Formats: sequence, C-alpha cells, structure tokens
Amino acid sequence: MSAFVGKYAEELIKNAKYIATPGKGILAADESTGTIGKRLSSISVENIESNRQALRELLFTTPNALSCLSGVILFEETLYQKTSDGKPFVQVLEENNVIPGIKVDKGTVEIAGTNGETTTQGFDSLGARCQQYYKAGARFAKWRAVLKIGPNEPSELSIQQNAQGLARYAIICQENGLVPIVEPEVLTDGPHDIQKCAAVTETVLAAVYKALNEHHVLLEGTLLKPNMVTPGSDSPKVAPEVIAQYTVTALRRTVPPAVPGIVFLSGGQSEEEATLNLDAMNKLEVLKPWTLSFSFGRALQQSTLKTWGGKKENVAKAQEAFLSRCKANSEATLGKYGGGSAGGLASESLFVKGYKY
Amino acid sequence: MSCFVSKYADELAKNAAYIGTPGKGILAADESTGTIGKRLSSINVENVEENRRALRELLFTTPGALQYLSGVILFEETLYQKTASGKPFVDVLKEGGVLPGIKVDKGTVELNGTNGETFTQGLDGLAQRCQKYYEAGARFAKWRAVLKIGPNEPSELAILENANGLAMYAAICQQCGLVPIVEPEILVDGPHDIKKCAEVTERVLAACYKALNDHHVMLEGTLLKPNMVTPGSDSPKVAPEVIAEYTVRALQRTVPAAVPAIVFLSGGQSEEEATINLNAMNKLQTKKPWSLSFSFGRALQQSTLKAWAGKEENWKKAQDALFVRCKANSEATLGTYKGDAKLGEGAGESLHVKDYKY
Repeated sequence: MSAFVGKYAEELIKNAKYIATPGKGILAADESTGTIGKRLSSISVENIESNRQALRELLFTTPNALSCLSGVILFEETLYQKTSDGKPFVQVLEENNVIPGIKVDKGTVEIAGTNGETTTQGFDSLGARCQQYYKAGARFAKWRAVLKIGPNEPSELSIQQNAQGLARYAIICQENGLVPIVEPEVLTDGPHDIQKCAAVTETVLAAVYKALNEHHVLLEGTLLKPNMVTPGSDSPKVAPEVIAQYTVTALRRTVPPAVPGIVFLSGGQSEEEATLNLDAMNKLEVLKPWTLSFSFGRALQQSTLKTWGGKKENVAKAQEAFLSRCKANSEATLGKYGGGSAGGLASESLFVKGYKY
Repeated sequence: MSCFVSKYADELAKNAAYIGTPGKGILAADESTGTIGKRLSSINVENVEENRRALRELLFTTPGALQYLSGVILFEETLYQKTASGKPFVDVLKEGGVLPGIKVDKGTVELNGTNGETFTQGLDGLAQRCQKYYEAGARFAKWRAVLKIGPNEPSELAILENANGLAMYAAICQQCGLVPIVEPEILVDGPHDIKKCAEVTERVLAACYKALNDHHVMLEGTLLKPNMVTPGSDSPKVAPEVIAEYTVRALQRTVPAAVPAIVFLSGGQSEEEATINLNAMNKLQTKKPWSLSFSFGRALQQSTLKAWAGKEENWKKAQDALFVRCKANSEATLGTYKGDAKLGEGAGESLHVKDYKY
C-alpha cells in the first residue's frame, strides 16, 4: 500500500470507525491550562487544579451524557486526573464506551515573513509522548493547525507548512497506536463571503490530503476535524441549509471516502448554531461517504459553564444543561434535531476575534 | 468555489452523471489511424478510410448494443464520418442515447533524462479544437497519460508532469463544454506484485486530484479512467475478488466523492477478465460513492474484430459478438454478471502487448 500498515493498523481502523458511530460525537475538553483559565475567570472561578478537576468531573459524570459521545479529547493534565472518589477519568470514560483522546500539539507560532500566519509546534519527542499517552489509555490524538483568510492569505507557504505538519503528526500517531484527528482550522475572522471560505477550505483540504498521502498515512485510521464553510465573522449570516450545502460540497470535493468520519469544530458559533448547522448537513440529500459529527468544545460547554458558576449546589443543573447539548448534537448527527433546546445561553455567540487557544 | 465555474457547469455535471448511469459504460473506439491499422492488419484488412469507417459503422449500428452504452470515444476522423446510407455517426449515437466523445491528446513523448517515461502532448490550440468538437456534437473528451512501474519508476517528475498535463487539459475542456475523462494509465508491464501496483496507483491518483484542485477543475463534471489494480504482467494472476478489493481501496483513498463515475480501462486484459473484474468490484460491499463502469477498447472489440475479418458476410456474426460483450459489461456494472456470456472466439485471449503504444 502507499499507506504505512504498522502493528496498530487494525486497531486504528476499528477505533476511528467507532468514533464515527452515527449518533455519537466528541467532547473537546482539551483546553490547555491557560485557555481553561480564561473560561474559569469568565465565571469568576480560580484557575487551580482542583477547579479544573471539578469542571471535568462535572462533565464526565453527567448521567446519560456519555452515551451521546464516542470520544473525549483531554489535555495532558486531565489524562492523569481522577474523580473525587478516586476513579481515574480515563476509567470513567472507558467504562462508558467513550474513547479517551489527547491533545498533543504545543500551540502555534508565527511564520516569519507572513502577515500573522502560523505553524503548529509539538514534534519534539512526539513519538515518545504518544507512547506514554497510549499507556495511560489514550487511543486518539488531536493537533490543531490554523489558517486565516485575508487578501493574501492563506499563503502557499502557510498551507504547505500546516499540511506537512499535520501529515507528519498523523503518521507519528499511527506508529504509536493513536488515531490522529487532523484539524486544519480556517478561521472565520474576516469580511469575506461564504464562497471565499469554500474556495479556501477546498484548497486547504486538497493540500492536506496530498500531504497525508505523501507521508503514507492510513486514511481509514484517521478522522478529519474541519471548520464548517460559513461567511466570515464580519459578513451577514446565512441559513443552515446554505452552510450545509457549501460545507458538504467542499468535503465531497476533497475528502477521500476512506476517511470514516468528519467531526466538525464549532469555531465561534453559538451552541445552537453549531447544532442546527450539523443537523442541516445530515439532512442534506446527497451522497456522503463519511459520517458527519461534532468535536465541540465551547459549543458543548458554554451553558454548562455559566450554569455551574463554580458552585457545588449548581452541579446538577449544570449537568442538565450539558446533557441537553449532548442530546441535541447526537440528534443532529442523525439529521433528527427538532430545535428548541436553545436556552438563551445556547444562542450566545462564542466568537472571539483572533481566537487563541 | 475553488473550481472555476464555467458557463457549461450544469451541462458538464449532467453529462458526467449520465455517463455514469448504472448499467451503461463507454466504448472506446478512438484508435488513431496508426493504431487501428495494427488492428486491421491483424485480420488482414487494409488500413484505408473506407475500412475504418465500415468497422465503426459495424460497431455503432449493432442492434441493441447502444442501450448498454452511455458514451463512445471517437478519433477525430470518425467524428465526421457517416454510415453507408449517409447518416452522421454522431447522429446515430445521439439517437441511441449515447454521448459522443473525442480523443484530444496527440500521443506521448519521452521525458528527457528518465528511463523511458513519457508525458502527453496536445495542449497547443486545445481550446479551439474543443470548441470545434463541441460544435460537431462531442460532449466529452479523453486524454491518456501513461506511467510505468520500475525500480525507480514512476519518478516524481513523471507523476508531476502527467498530473499537471491532465489537469490543464481538463480545465480547458470544461471551458469548452466537454466533460474531461482523466486517464492516468499505469502500465501493467513488469514483474511487480499487486501491492506495488496499489501503492503506485494511490500515489499517482493523489497527485492527479491535487493537480485538478490546483487548476480549479470542477470534479462533478469529470470522469476518471484508471487502470484496475492488478499484479504486473510477469507476475502470477490473482482472483477477481482480490483485484476488486485492492482497486476499490485505492480509489477510496484517493478519489473524492464529487467524481460521479469511474470508467476503467482494460489494459491488456482479455474481454472476459475485464468483465469479471468489473463485476467483482460492483459486488464488493464497501463504500463506493462513484459508480464503477467501463471504458473498454480492445476488451469490447476483440471478438468482434476477429468475427468480422473485414468480410461483409460476417457482419451480423461480428455484431452479435459486440452485443454479447456490451451486455456482459452492462451486467458487470450492476454486479449481476454470471460469466455466461457466449464466448466469442478470442474472448478469453489476453490482449496484453508489452510496452503497448497507441
């Protein structure tokens, strides 16, 4: 094969396929310490380990929520944390048929000579780190590459750098038993229209899959985490059906059928927007050889966070909010979302200009 | 869109989808004058225009055959020829629900500094030629790029050049209303095993689709004409199910779902082999977002040619032979071929010619 078939090949294929199970999706709970600090401070909660642990425990022990999830992405600290009764989070997830995943990139750095474009770091000892994570129970990984739309962006340099980076990360993961989620996020920032976003997304995805092929990545053992195709943040909004049409067309033109599932990032979309758009895609009557699901961070946690406010007495209500979003998105993956699980909080835009993790 | 939206966009998508209709496929009857000469001489027929015309009339007027075809690829001379009673071939095809296509490449030339690798020429004035062909009734085109497998082949240069050539040709065709069939043929010649063929096929197809994206080609208005993934010609044969598995997997890893249909070339396979392999692919229970069909030249015409032998009295016998192969391949696109096609003389004959040149 042109694909590297290492000792983990069957397991990778099995796990990727499981994560792509219709009716399930991924909770992205891999905020780095710095980023989770911003979330906690927005609800006036101190950024200390016990609070970070409490938040994640709240999420992972929400009754019935885990049945809507096939995977949870964790930050390294969380991979080794436990519930207050002493049960490792990894075990909580595994017992509920949720595959633990791990964020392995180390953030972005600017590419000199460009207009604020970035590349992603994290290659040093990546193989060894993946082995450690595998031992700790992780079975998939995530690496976020970032591109932006501008008059001269994304540049060919930025596209090549990020595509090559994703491909190299992906093959190292596969060598070490982790299904790589390939995430080439094209930021929404900007005044551009949806056609421009579509053009850039198609160009970026084509480059990504060419790079994956060059690096002998086994596509059946990967997942894609792309942006949805939408108008820029400074542009008028469009209906979910339009977003669905442009997004699915872009994917049909670039993502080989061998990829088992596509798990969208939510970008700056509100919880409700993200769910409605995902639902519209799954309702679209066109041939889709991969499942379309979610890998949401903010768009799953926002209401939950606000409801919790860091207070023990709010845990149950916060968990209800979380379950509500999980169920909504689970239905959206089946094109069966009826709408109306939007509380006021769920409709709040989560867009932050120039968002940095 | 990243694709350039030609004024023919809707028509291209419609025609490409039509060619991929389950139960139908393409007859590749676009042999150049030189190549058809070899065929004719193999049955002791003189290579003159009248004989070339007669052969094609025999094919296109075979009762019942056109229903199994969605397209026929023609050589330029044939595009302007007529039946003996004066009806243009293009009209015969159109009335039979078959789209006329046209070969637009001008053959291969060696790439300097490589070990016999080639690139395909024909880009000069291509737009003007395509416009003329569209006016004459053509609605799709074909361009054959050739790669080979060897210790150091295909080289990165050969892959890039051929992928780029295919992409430029495709973009020009779409501007002129012709659906481009993208044909990156990897020759079967060699002692390599099926795994090697799969690896090369995946690498080549990935390069093709990257190039098509770079050149803003609208994939919904294209077709792919690849080789099946098989062992090399000097290697032991394998079962059709194995060929099907490796071929479909290679395609799943490289061909986006936006491409409506994949129409295989037959290479040096015998008529029966080609049909059985196509059938096995369509029986395979796996993700196939594009239809899998045929674009066969030799694998549709071999028995017919032998049966005809250039003689008027053999006309019906020859047409019967073509009908049998068309029907068999139609069934193969549906995965219902039972291998019971009345074997014409030569249907089981290998059609492999080492270092085959059109």
